[in-house]
Parts: sequence; structure tokens; C-alpha cells
Amino acid sequence: MKTIKDVAALSECYDLLIIGAGPAGLAAAATGAELGLSAVLVDENPAPGGQIYRGITTTPVTAKETLGADYWRGTDLVRSLEASKASYAPGATVWSVGPAPDSPDATGGMEVGVSINGAARVIQARQVIAATGALERPFPVPGWTLPGVMTAGGAQIALKTSGLVPDGKVVVAGSGPLLYLLTAQLRAAGAKISVMLDTTPLENWGRAIRHAPDFLRSPYLSKGLKLLLGANRGMRIVRGVKAISAHGDNQVTSVRFRHGSKEEELPCDVLLLHQGVVPNINLANAVGCALDWDEDQLTWVPQTDDWYETSVKGFTIAGDGAGIAGAEGAALRGRLAALGAGHRLGRLSAQERDRTAAPVRAQLIRASRGRRFLDVLYQPAKAFRVPTADDTIVCRCEEVTAGKLRETVALGVSGPNQMKSFLRCGMGPCQGRLCGLTVTELIADARGVSPGEVGGYRLRPPIKPITLGELAALPKTPAAIKAVER
Amino acid sequence: MSGVFGEESPDVIVIGAGIHGCSTALHCAKRGLKVLVIEKDHAGRHSSGVNAGGVRQLARHVAEIPLSTYSMGLWHRIADLVDDDCGFTSDGQVLVAESEEEYDSFRARVTQLNSLGFSHEELIDAKELRSLVPAVSETCPGGIVSRRDGAAIPFKTTQAFRRKAESLGVRFCEGVRVTGIKADGSAWMVTTDAGTARAANVVNAAGAWADRIAACLGEPVPLEVIAPMLMITARVEHFIKPVVILRSRKLSFKQFANGTVLIGGGHLGRALRDQNITVLDWVKLAESAKTVWDLFPIMRGAAIVRAWAGIEARMPDDLPVFGKSRIHQGIFHQFGFSAHGFQLGPGAGAVMAELIAAGNTNTPIDGLGIERFAT
Repeated sequence: MKTIKDVAALSECYDLLIIGAGPAGLAAAATGAELGLSAVLVDENPAPGGQIYRGITTTPVTAKETLGADYWRGTDLVRSLEASKASYAPGATVWSVGPAPDSPDATGGMEVGVSINGAARVIQARQVIAATGALERPFPVPGWTLPGVMTAGGAQIALKTSGLVPDGKVVVAGSGPLLYLLTAQLRAAGAKISVMLDTTPLENWGRAIRHAPDFLRSPYLSKGLKLLLGANRGMRIVRGVKAISAHGDNQVTSVRFRHGSKEEELPCDVLLLHQGVVPNINLANAVGCALDWDEDQLTWVPQTDDWYETSVKGFTIAGDGAGIAGAEGAALRGRLAALGAGHRLGRLSAQERDRTAAPVRAQLIRASRGRRFLDVLYQPAKAFRVPTADDTIVCRCEEVTAGKLRETVALGVSGPNQMKSFLRCGMGPCQGRLCGLTVTELIADARGVSPGEVGGYRLRPPIKPITLGELAALPKTPAAIKAVER
Repeated sequence: MSGVFGEESPDVIVIGAGIHGCSTALHCAKRGLKVLVIEKDHAGRHSSGVNAGGVRQLARHVAEIPLSTYSMGLWHRIADLVDDDCGFTSDGQVLVAESEEEYDSFRARVTQLNSLGFSHEELIDAKELRSLVPAVSETCPGGIVSRRDGAAIPFKTTQAFRRKAESLGVRFCEGVRVTGIKADGSAWMVTTDAGTARAANVVNAAGAWADRIAACLGEPVPLEVIAPMLMITARVEHFIKPVVILRSRKLSFKQFANGTVLIGGGHLGRALRDQNITVLDWVKLAESAKTVWDLFPIMRGAAIVRAWAGIEARMPDDLPVFGKSRIHQGIFHQFGFSAHGFQLGPGAGAVMAELIAAGNTNTPIDGLGIERFAT
């Protein structure tokens, strides 16, 4: 592996550029390099691992049981990348991906804008694999913007990267397998979590149960049982929670919730919210990939073929970004994506590709077993996706409330992109990453149509902010320089 | 009439629901005409909804000035017209000279305008430039100011025109694409992918797609489809009120009340009009960034959070096609505004409605007609 520390060290053009060094990206880069492709893995973080294996080579949390055996599996993926001929650019932000210009020097592939350490550059790649993973689903409850309220995933980042554990009385709230995992990790690291408010709608069990047979034969069963048993020790779990709000003046000091017919208020210093993860489609959206609304996962999922190539030729999405399937599945999908790209680049025939892929696909089927049960069981309740209280903030950057959005729908504004122009929701620094799903579902709900019909924000590049200075210093591409010389 | 259009024939069919189509529809309705607007996407989907929002009389071609002046009057009481402030603010626009040579040419321009009876542009020296635009680089010798100019929010504006038109009985059919147009007795038959509609008058306000309508009518025009690019920064401390534009290097620059800064100026991306897609050219955006870097050192660390382009029509002489058809009774053209049509929208709609209802207008529109492209 060759490590790249500044943009000048990047090649002008790669066969394969992979974005994101989580399980899918690590596997895709190693597989691509094995196929003899010139491959570069570009990642925002200073070290590999993505979210699930964040800090795998650097974490100060060395006691193996704190983060658990599944976490340490990431080590093998990093080793296979290190042993490969791929290039690896840590601390590198991809801010743009688009079709390469129609110039004589263009590859007919993609043009990618990359920044490292405040210097930007545009390079080309014949194939791009985005392994940009998942995001936590927004959890817009009253008071969720108060200091002291954060996502459970955010708390996990602090734990993995710096060994930090939230101080004081901690309440966790939400649903999904990850909520239990994050809670277990934080408790093992010393966080004082006294209460878990489980918002999983009890009625979901009725719909999920028909998918239970697959789940019972899946590795999720034993992991799930272990987490549930652990959670029951020394922590109160309130199930069937139907409403949550955070309270406090400048800082959260209490959480109120309703379960059954009871209302309760508990003091807390930190409230951690989490209701599952959804594909991070920001890049796919900005590139122009066709997206579908997934009724089970209640999110946008990019349309892909068997090799995860999207509707945009040469642009592939591997891992949770193409639909949530977990870390093990992500690594397998990364390998399949690289095989697909390798074939399109002429490195291996369709037969070789399919032969190599067959055992990977078999593993993927095993790894995905039981997912549907989890998807259906942990579908968050509508009240936690579409805020009922009008003063609940939906867009945090521009402070746009649910009530304002509903008023604007009543004016005849029918979609998220028109809404942006009216209310500036989704136009702040996060560019709609935090409110996109909520805005779509809220408009759909107010109009009485499906989210698929309403559509989502059309995201604009740069995918990540770039400073004016960086952009001003952007070197001209060789194609542009030659055009001037001619 | 068939399909989604029902039985009753309107007096006017407007093709395209950009700012121009919506404005013309509104003004026709105010004159008591029945109007149907046919739009292939939704109102304000393309350049009318995503442009820089400049409301500018400054630096316009002489042929456009009467229309622009008329429009500016409407802008200053826009809420009376459409029941919405359209986000319009009037802090002036300043054209900055980057060299003495350029400043001389500005002086000549203002003298010429004065001799033609136009007084909206005023030459300003370095001192006044600095008082209007304190952050501008020390090297700029002066400029021109147009004090009644300003900016508005494009999509909000286009939607306000649309809503007001609707409230006066204009019918909008969105998501309906015009496929053809032909004479039908003394009227015109417009065919679409959702039925046919018939009216005595048809306005071609189809923006970047207007050449196809014109070609259908036997009046081909050399329309170029362009994608002017814009970018916007995260909030920075307030430092500038007027809109600033440059001439020699392409730049327009505006800070909103919330602190974000819009950077435009006409660098072009690629437009793929059949797919409704634009592709950005980062190397050219980098040129805009470099110009801002030179002119406003204060902006160097600002984060660019969003860049985009809209699909727009440009004519070879950078002037719109506006007025009656050269050959057909009841056909009117209103397109090709060449990336500076937003300000003209309110006034052009009023003048077009006058042309349709009264057959002529007192506002001079010489030099804008489609006949200039007749071969």
C-alpha cells in the first residue's frame, strides 16, 4: 500500500477510485488492486475503518471486550489493504464527482474533486466506487437541538477515536440493534446509563414475525440475545415509549416521555438519541443517480444492478450506501463492486468475474439473512419521523420548524426542492443531510401521498464544503492547460 | 381541446412557466383574458428559479433599457402586484472598474446613456466606491452605480407570480410537454403529451426550449443552450450591501441578509437540456473564486457550500427575442434572455399582455424582434 499525504502525490488518472475506508471501501480497494487495477482509496478520516471500525488502528480503547469481537474483525480488512498495491489517501475529502469532460484527454469516466490539508485538485477515474456507508436517521423530537442531546453514533465516535465517555446521568432513547450495541459499548467503557427508552412500536412485532424464521437461523440471533441480556442488567428499560421530549434552558436537564398512559420526567445530563441508520445517499444524489423509496427501510436507496453500478455509468455504490446490510455484508459488497468494475475495465471476463463472485454472493446471502426481520421490527414510529408538534425544529441549520413546513405545503409547495427556495430548509452547512428524510416524509404526510412521489432534495455539489481559497488555487487540469496552449 | 385541458378554449396559451410565462399570464389575466399556461416541469424549475436573483438596470444593452426601466418600476411595488415581497431588496448594484482603462470606458458609457436620456447609471470615483463597497480591493479606481437596483429571491418570485395569476383565474398545467403547434382556422392548435389545446394567441416563453417551438412555427432561431454557474458560501460577517459586478472578468457578487454570499457572473457549465441536467466545470468556478480572492481578501477563508447551474437560452447578440411573430397573427415570442432576464420578467409580462390585448405598446422594444434572425 502506498500512502498519499498531499494532492500533488495523486495520479492524474486512476482505473478505480474508491471513496470511504469502511468495510466496503477497504474490501473494494484491496480487491481492485489484486485485479491489477490502479486503485486509490480516498477517505476523510485520518485512519481507516469507517464508522463501524473507526480508529481500528489507532483507538486508545484497547481492552478488547469494550468494543467487542465484531469491532476487531476490521483488523483483517485493514491488513489486506496494507498488503495490496492500492494507494490510500487518508484525511482526503471528496467534494465533487461528475462525468469527465469531453476532451481528448478525458477517460470517458469520472472527474473527482479531492482536497487534502487545504489543497484541492481535480483528478480522473475510469470507475468510481462510493463506499460512503450510512448515516443515523434524523430523530426530530421537541428539544433535540439542545446542547447535551446528541446522537448515540456521535457518542460512539468520541469513544472510538478518543476513548471519551459521556459524563453524568445518561439516558438513551430510540430503537434498533445499533442502539443496544452502542449502549453496551458505552456502558462497558464506564458511562452511567440508567435508563433506556425503547421507542420500537410494539405493533411492529406482528408484522415482523413472519420474517422471524430467517432471523432465527441468522448470526444476528445470538448477538441480539447477548445484547438484550446485557441491557437488562443494571439498567431500566422502558418499552413502548410513544413520545419523547428534551427539556432545559441552555442545556438538557430532563427528558419527558410517555409509555402506555403514563407520563414521566427524568433528570439527565446527556440524552443520546438513535433510531437506526439509513444509506448516506448525499454523493449518489449529487452525482445524479436514480433513487427509489424503500418502504421497509423508509429511506432512499440508489438503483443498482447486480454489481452495484448505479444509473450513472461508471459510478458504483458498495456497502450500506446502497441499502443497509451491515458491516459483514458491506465488505462482501465491496468485493463484488470491485469485480464488476474490473470486468467493465476489461481486467476479467464475465465468466471469470462470475466465478470469483459466486462464493462471495453465497456468503452475502448468509450474512444478509434475518435483515428483513430487523428492518420491519425496527421501523421507527411515524410520530418520531414526522414531528407532530408544530414548534419542533426539522432543519437545524436554518431553524425551520415542522409547523412552518406544513404551512408552506398548504400554500401549494409540493416538494422538497421548492421548499428549499421558500424556507431555506436544507440549505445550511449540512446541506440537508440531517433533515432530508424528515422533510420528504413530512411533505408526503401533509399531502397524503407517498414519499416516493414527493421526491427528495436535489443535492448540489460540493458534496463537502471547500474553502474559497482552496477552490481559487485549484490547478488547471492538463486538458484545460492544453486547450489554452493550442 | 382534449385531454387534461377540458372543453373551454382560453384566449391565450402561454408555453413555459418561468418568470416570463408567469408574468405574461398574470398581466393577461389582469386585462380580462382567459389564460392557460403549459409547463413541461414545474413553474420556476430552470433558470427562473435558480438564477442569481439580480434585479439590475446596470450595464444593460441600450435596446433593453426601456423594458428594464418599466420593469424596475414594478419591482419597487412588487407586493402590490403579486401580494408577496419576493424577497426584493434595493441596495443598488455597483459595476467595479479594475483598471484606469476600464474606468475610462465606464465614463464614456455613462456619457452615452445620459445623451440618450437615461440617468440610472452614475459614475463614481474611488472614494465613493470605497464607501459603497468598503471591502473592495484598494487597486480599483472607481465604477458605476445604479442605485435603484437590488436583488430578489428567484424561485419565491416566480411562484408568487404563478400564485397571483392562478388567483385571477389562470390555469397552469405542469408536467405537460408541448409537442407541436399548428394553425387551426383562425386559431392555433397546441398539441401536448396530455391532449390538445386551442387559442387565438400563443406566447412562446419556453426559455432554453423555445427554439423548438419557434422552429415548429417556421421561424428558426440560433438559440444556444447555456448553463451559467453559481455558488454560495456559508455565512460570513456582514461586509457588503450592494450587488457588485465586474465586466472584464466575469463576476457577480452579492451578500444576503443572513450572511451567505452568492458568487456568479456567467461562467458556463454544460447543459444537457434533454435530460434536464447540468454539469459543473470546477476549473471555471475556480476562476470565479480567484477573482473574489483578488477583489475581496476578506472572503478567502469562506466555505463554498453549494454550487449549481440553471439551463438558460442565449442568443448570439445577447438580446432577448421579444414581440410579435414575424409571419403569424396571434403568435408572440418571449425568450432568449441570455442570462439577464429575471429583472425584465415583471415588465416584459406587462408589455406582452399589452401587445396581445391592444395589438401594440408604447414601450420601445425595437431591436428585440424575431425578424432579426430571418434569413
